[in-house]
Amino acid sequence: MIEVINLTKRYGATVAVDNVSFDAKAGEVLGFLGPNGAGKTTTMRILTCYLSADGGTAKVDGYDVFEDSVEVRKRIGYLPESAPLYTDMGVIDYLKFIAQVRDIPKSQRSQRIKDVVDICGLEKMIQKDVGELSKGYRQRLGLAQSLIHDPPILVLDEPTSGLDPNQIIEIRNLIREIGKEKMVIFSTHILSEVSATCSRILIINDGEIVANGTPDELAGRARGEEVVHISIRGPREDIEAKLEELSLVSDFKRVKSDDDACAYQIVSQKGQNTAEELFHFVVQNHWSLTELRQEAISLEDVFLKLTGNESATQPTDV
Amino acid sequence: MNNIAAIFKKEFRSYFNSPIAYIFITFFLALSAWFFFRGFFLVGQAVMRGFFSWVPWIFLLFIPAVTMKLWAEEKKIGTVEILMTLPIKDYEVVIGKYLASFCLLGVTILLSLSIPITVAYLGEPDGGPILGGYIGLCLMGGAYLAIGMFASTITENQIVAFILGIVMCFGLLIIGEDIVLFNAPNWIVPIFSYLGLGAHFSSILRGVIDSRDLIYYFSVIGFFLYLSVLMITVQKWR
Ligand SMILES: Nc1ncnc2c1ncn2[C@@H]1O[C@H](COP(=O)(O)OP(=O)(O)OP(=O)(O)O)[C@@H](O)[C@H]1O
Ligand SMILES: [Mg+2]
Repeated sequence: MIEVINLTKRYGATVAVDNVSFDAKAGEVLGFLGPNGAGKTTTMRILTCYLSADGGTAKVDGYDVFEDSVEVRKRIGYLPESAPLYTDMGVIDYLKFIAQVRDIPKSQRSQRIKDVVDICGLEKMIQKDVGELSKGYRQRLGLAQSLIHDPPILVLDEPTSGLDPNQIIEIRNLIREIGKEKMVIFSTHILSEVSATCSRILIINDGEIVANGTPDELAGRARGEEVVHISIRGPREDIEAKLEELSLVSDFKRVKSDDDACAYQIVSQKGQNTAEELFHFVVQNHWSLTELRQEAISLEDVFLKLTGNESATQPTDV
Repeated sequence: MNNIAAIFKKEFRSYFNSPIAYIFITFFLALSAWFFFRGFFLVGQAVMRGFFSWVPWIFLLFIPAVTMKLWAEEKKIGTVEILMTLPIKDYEVVIGKYLASFCLLGVTILLSLSIPITVAYLGEPDGGPILGGYIGLCLMGGAYLAIGMFASTITENQIVAFILGIVMCFGLLIIGEDIVLFNAPNWIVPIFSYLGLGAHFSSILRGVIDSRDLIYYFSVIGFFLYLSVLMITVQKWR
């Protein structure tokens, strides 16, 4: 349904999107993940015909985004980043305006408006002006606007930013629901959100796609390794010297040390019973073990590894 | 058509949702009344010539104020991103916006008809020049609006759009005025006097509506609307 081949977009010397190729079918929910300035918004803007590219092609439902842009736009519902809206219009007037331009037959307009108002929880706001809405409600109105013509493809740029936790969950459910039959592309900075809603993840870094796969596949990438968290009570130099020698351990990092105990993160190859071996190792050396646990390798680790920018992630929440 | 109508409705309404329409209408009416009655009391004659000859200069300040927000504001707050990803052609948006600003001008001019009504009451006016004057106002205002809208497509700053609009309208107005024509090299005089916005207006004011003047104004409007479409399209290649 969407086919992107070698898309490139430059802003002066900056390459915002660098030779990006991917495709997506109906029934898929595609999550764009990437640090700030990665090129997520730019890619979406090209797909929605807001910007043109410097190279490559993109097709939506068989229509070229540069040649048949009006046909493409008819099939897409788009929520831009931070939901820009006309602040001097009434909420209902705004939805009527969009419904008219979206060519919804007059007889169905009020029903469609009612539907999207319902879906986005805007009932209490319909009497207000857009300028009076809080950020979260503007976001919802932006979403309502993108849903009004029941598009086969939905492109949402950070749809959950600014929403309250209840609404975030509702929007995620909505995305999953819509994604069953249609196609949704959305971007986010919340990592748990993609694993919760996406059927496929694209991780973008510096304008390039660095990973493309299901959440399980991506988490599996890092699964060649295993991370064990261990706390040992004993002489620090001794422990570290012995850990160096241990062939099982491919890497370790001290995360905490006090008079009581030292805590380490130990990385080893998978399938070696690392935890068990470490237990014996501690006993043999007559130290005492205060904590031992296997750490789950998360999407977060994959993200950090692929984008190589530790400060890029925000704490995962909800 | 449907799309143009939708854009038109949104823009026209937005004029009346903000103070700009009211300020425009009030000031225009007040100024025109002042120019008219000043002439009336000084000359003691109920004629509208004074009023009409001032209009190009009044418009110079007012019309760019009406058009400055048309694109600059959309770009500033980002609504242009939703607007231009709706299934509308660029020219439909340009025409819809233009018509909205033109209708605001139309409403204002209609309201200012109170002056010729007063003239008719006070004396026996010559109908031709007055009718011509009003048609001239619409054409001249229409040209200014197209220029002002084009200025607004260039920038996302409304103040810059306003000033650019004034400068461009002023440029096109002044080249047809005597001050410039006297000092210009001979070969350029006919070109300038043809291109000048005001010269065509004064011939319409005499009550003769020549097709050449109509063609001139329609070309200016068409040309700047076309430039606006071009500018909007080009901006996708930023
Ligand atoms: N209008 C513009 N002019 C110049 N450079 C731009 C423009 N828009 C984006 N860029 C640059 O393009 C690159 C990609 O930006 P983009 O907005 O696509 O990132 P993003 O992945 O959406 O980031 P974020 O997570 O912060 O929203 C950045 O380096 C940015 O500085
Ligand atoms: Mg972005």
